[in-house]
Amino acid sequence: MKLTLKIWRQKNAQAKGQMVTYPIDGIDGDMSFLEMMDVLNNELINKGDDPVVFDHDCREGICGSCSMFINGEAHGPDRLVTTCQLHMRKFKDGDTITIEPFRAGGFPVIKDLMVDRSAFDRIQHAGGFISINTSGNTQDANAIPIEKADADAAFDAATCIGCGACVASCKNSSAMLFVSAKVSQFALLPQGKVEATDRVMNMVKQMDEEGFGNCTNTGACEVECPKGISLENIARMNREYMSASMKG
Amino acid sequence: MSGLLKSSIGRKVAMALSGLFLVVFLTQHFVINLLSVFSEETHNTVSHFMGTNPLVQFGLQPVLIFGVFFHFIMGIKLELQNRKSRPVKYVSYNGGANATWMSRNMIYTGLVVLAFLGLHFYDFFIPELIHKYAENHTAEVGDATRYYAETIHKFEQPWRVGIYVVSFVLLMLHLLHGFQSSFQSVGFNNKYSKALKGFTTAWAIIIPLGFIFIAVYHHFNQLPH
Amino acid sequence: MALDSKIPSGPLADKWTQYKNDINLVNPANKRLIDVIVVGTGLAGGSAAATLAELGYNVKAFCFQDSPRRAHSIAAQGGINAAKNYQGDGDSTYRLFYDTVKGGDYRSREANVYRLAEVSANIIDQCVAQGVPFARDYGGLLDNRSFGGVLVSRTFYAKGQTGQQLLLGAYSAMNRQIGRGKIKMYNRHEMLDVVKVDGKARGIITRNLVTGEIERHSAHAVVLGTGGYGNVFYLSTNAMGSNVTAAWKAHKRGAHFANPCYTQIHPTCIPVSGDHQSKLTLMSESLRNDGRIWVPKKKEDAEAIRAGKLKPTEIAEENRDYYLERRYPAFGNLVPRDVASRAAKERCDAGFGVNKTGEAVYLDFASAIERYGKEQAYVTHQDANNAALVKKLGQEIVKTKYGNLFQMYEKIVDQNPYETPMMIYPAVHYTMGGLWVDYNLQTSVEGLYAIGEANFSDHGANRLGASALMQGLADGYFVLPYTIGDYLSQDIRTGPIATDTKEFEEAEKNVRSQIDALVNNNGTKAVDYFHKKLGKIMWNKCGMSRNAKDLESAINEISDLRDEFYKEVRVPGGEDEYNEELAKALRVADFLELGELFAKDALTRNESCGGHFREESVEEDGPQKGEAKRDDKNFTFVSAWEYKGAPKDAVLHKEELTYENIELKQRSYK
Ligand SMILES: Cc1cc2nc3c(=O)[nH]c(=O)nc-3n(C[C@H](O)[C@H](O)[C@H](O)COP(=O)(O)OP(=O)(O)OC[C@H]3O[C@@H](n4cnc5c(N)ncnc54)[C@H](O)[C@@H]3O)c2cc1C
Ligand code: SF4
Ligand code: FES
Repeated sequence: MKLTLKIWRQKNAQAKGQMVTYPIDGIDGDMSFLEMMDVLNNELINKGDDPVVFDHDCREGICGSCSMFINGEAHGPDRLVTTCQLHMRKFKDGDTITIEPFRAGGFPVIKDLMVDRSAFDRIQHAGGFISINTSGNTQDANAIPIEKADADAAFDAATCIGCGACVASCKNSSAMLFVSAKVSQFALLPQGKVEATDRVMNMVKQMDEEGFGNCTNTGACEVECPKGISLENIARMNREYMSASMKG
Repeated sequence: MSGLLKSSIGRKVAMALSGLFLVVFLTQHFVINLLSVFSEETHNTVSHFMGTNPLVQFGLQPVLIFGVFFHFIMGIKLELQNRKSRPVKYVSYNGGANATWMSRNMIYTGLVVLAFLGLHFYDFFIPELIHKYAENHTAEVGDATRYYAETIHKFEQPWRVGIYVVSFVLLMLHLLHGFQSSFQSVGFNNKYSKALKGFTTAWAIIIPLGFIFIAVYHHFNQLPH
Repeated sequence: MALDSKIPSGPLADKWTQYKNDINLVNPANKRLIDVIVVGTGLAGGSAAATLAELGYNVKAFCFQDSPRRAHSIAAQGGINAAKNYQGDGDSTYRLFYDTVKGGDYRSREANVYRLAEVSANIIDQCVAQGVPFARDYGGLLDNRSFGGVLVSRTFYAKGQTGQQLLLGAYSAMNRQIGRGKIKMYNRHEMLDVVKVDGKARGIITRNLVTGEIERHSAHAVVLGTGGYGNVFYLSTNAMGSNVTAAWKAHKRGAHFANPCYTQIHPTCIPVSGDHQSKLTLMSESLRNDGRIWVPKKKEDAEAIRAGKLKPTEIAEENRDYYLERRYPAFGNLVPRDVASRAAKERCDAGFGVNKTGEAVYLDFASAIERYGKEQAYVTHQDANNAALVKKLGQEIVKTKYGNLFQMYEKIVDQNPYETPMMIYPAVHYTMGGLWVDYNLQTSVEGLYAIGEANFSDHGANRLGASALMQGLADGYFVLPYTIGDYLSQDIRTGPIATDTKEFEEAEKNVRSQIDALVNNNGTKAVDYFHKKLGKIMWNKCGMSRNAKDLESAINEISDLRDEFYKEVRVPGGEDEYNEELAKALRVADFLELGELFAKDALTRNESCGGHFREESVEEDGPQKGEAKRDDKNFTFVSAWEYKGAPKDAVLHKEELTYENIELKQRSYK
């Protein structure tokens, strides 16, 4: 396949960036999107240019590092995949592909396609945990049975990989899907209920302080989320938050 | 509780509740208007009641006005904040791939409806105030049968009806997203949500269409035969 | 220096309890005066950092990713073992201990493994309390599955994302401590050297990957939880960034490197599709619970399949060779990984491979789908003879068990594994070798600890499935916090460690000069060129089966490649910016040294054991003919290599392994 790539290049956080066009040839449908980027980078290095910087690590859709905005969509046109799982067979010979970083005030660009998502970490520091100590002197794991449906729903929420596609896709750059996934996981488990009030209050407060936008229920996040995290989680967080504020 | 409206979720819930309140208002408004199609008399009676009952006038009306203003001001405020949350825009943003047009353009549909409301106030509400307070007609002596004529009179000019129709189409688009979305905002998303979505969609289409029908009906009805 | 494993005396089952009773403790007020560096935030490093912080130490934690949550452990799929015996199928601490030692082909330390088995049950309690959503049955209790090489169901899991859930658990424990200021987290930092003061590890040198800044960090002890080095093969199931640098730098500072040649080649990975391949994807071992592995019985069928003229579903049952079930009736598809991998290679080498490259076998779920479907039809009172219905119901069950893996497969290969068998082939997955540590998890450098995959301790020559997660968390949550306390008790009066000393200066200079040299090298070839080439040598000559001739040539080739690397590598960009090529070059430089030591170790170990298969050492006759032959008389030891400059000069120290509780036996899965 022969393609034209339009890629956001930005030297560092302070620099002004711009789109740069690169033609590329010899792309195979079995390549992953990042392997296509490897081919490009290899060419750039051989020419003596700086390769395009992007985050990646596991390359199998689980670490949440990769984060490209491809043809106007987070993680590209395919559904339920991360950028690293997107394969070139989704494109046609002659296509032009625009590639941008995930954009949001809360995700400043570090270089090229790499952004700083530490805001997500800070939200988790504010309450994304259950305060038990790690001594192992807890009760037996089977002491509290948990209804399978709840355990499964908690698991589904917990599969969020923290990639930020939800923020990137949202026209408001809202981080609600991400935050609600974590809040939901704990809210659904008996172990997490104890601190539920403080957790949701603190996490939402931090989320707001990080400068993410407000949720207007467009649902773009759910569609683009590579892990299929459901909007139900946001509804649950709204409930949790309202009842927590009544209490608090 | 006090900080609630400072938080993103608090605001969102407030938007939803004010929106739902406006939905209720719209429904009753629609019913009264619809009466004008069937019976001039009932329309006048109900209108008079609404216009003179102190509970409606001094209880519900201020709440309504507050609701409208709140909904608009908060909506605009949130929109501005949301725009700020992405300082550098995408070169290519394919919003249509993952969200409906309605959900992405609430601010525009909302602003049009706001403009229309301005006209509407000018047409009905202000004359009504003048009638009541400036000209000092009290409820008792006021003409309890003037409403019908006043209403249909406004539908005489085609341009007005045109504006009316366009505004209600945009209101429809606004409601198509807004109505169902307010349930999500207040935390209602479960196995009934699908049915609820069907209902809100039907409502969002039927009510504005109904308003349009009434306007068009009166317009053509009073053309010289 | 003689190797002292510091195994406590006393009966096996009492050693750990006795040890905990005897060690020195640090009182809570004094813990505040002590700093600990933890490099790595995977299961091992993350759990250690959280626990140490909770105990009261000041922890500085480092990882090269942008968040601790992205450490490679996140990718673990199948599950975590624990001797809970919830299924009542005869499991016990002893049995887990026994299975692990046997699985490791009798090349691990009894005392360490027993301790691991002992604390395993606690891990599950701990994780559940943290909110890890393990799979549950309809009664609300925890569910288990079974993994290779064992006869009980002791594996806890969270669909195919167990590692993710466990890591998020450890990450949440870290978050709590970061929020309290007890852990200072350094993301996007790469450790490039260990600093020793008076023989003790007292700090590290790091590079801030974003700004390029070289930093000095001091502490009273340094813990490495930096993972495995499978990426020395270039293609592996490890994350792209997984590297040996931290461990290798420690090795250069005096930490012995143990058993570098013990590598696990995992039987069920998605086959290589072409030269562009950048990494390989695992299909969890848990799939072997339900999938059956086969190749065509007839060569002409295999050829037709390779030519695209025949579909696997068109091959009749009697023309399929379920070779694992045929060769190992007792364990069937659930033989340990090394056995399954070699068997796949054997069939493919014999010409029965089923994809374009001839390097793939089938993993077939058709019979599992049918079995589950029938069961489900009975349970729901539907017609169990309706084939379409049974298939549909069966597919649903399989989906709930392995949905994410099937989706992953489909995205990569573009085939639907519910309808046609998966194609799989072995790939490098895990390294049992690593930094040598004693019972305290301390390396041969005082004050320098290694935990998780970075050490060599528990898995011998082969790791059983679902045991790495167990080991990482056991080390971090339950073992290290005790053993390091014993060491740190000497340091309550030391005070903060200064970084403006000549030792730090020397180490920093060292790092800077390496970076300068690479950036200014102006060669002609990109880093990947060397990495790929190294990978090819490793795979072809130090891979699933090894012989003296190949190993010797590998040693020479790697050494030549290293020379070429320093002459020809080109690192674009500068030092003071985000420069991935530079980070890669620094890692590959270390792989190029490790690779040679790896080959040397493999050459020295002239026996077949676990994942290390020497063609010179196979059973000649009897029922085990053709199987790996261990040589207990000459090789019941751990190889611990001491750094002496070039890898070829490394000096071998042997830690003899003594088995007091387990009788050494031929490992039979027949
Ligand atoms: C695909 C896959 C599936 C697996 N499935 C299972 C399974 O089901 N069950 C099981 O038991 N095991 C499984 N394993 C094995 C298991 O996941 C790993 O052995 C284990 O997670 C290693 O954990 P760790 O904490 O030792 O290291 P890692 O998780 O690899 O963490 C290494 C950490 O060190 C940091 N680091 C490394 N080098 C540096 C440096 N130079 N400077 C700074 N930081 C550095 C990294 O940032 C990272 O935080 C699987 C492995 C793979 C590849
Ligand atoms: S909710 Fe989905 S899109 Fe958002 S961070 Fe999590 S996985 Fe990514
Ligand atoms: S690189 Fe890990 S999710 Fe894409």
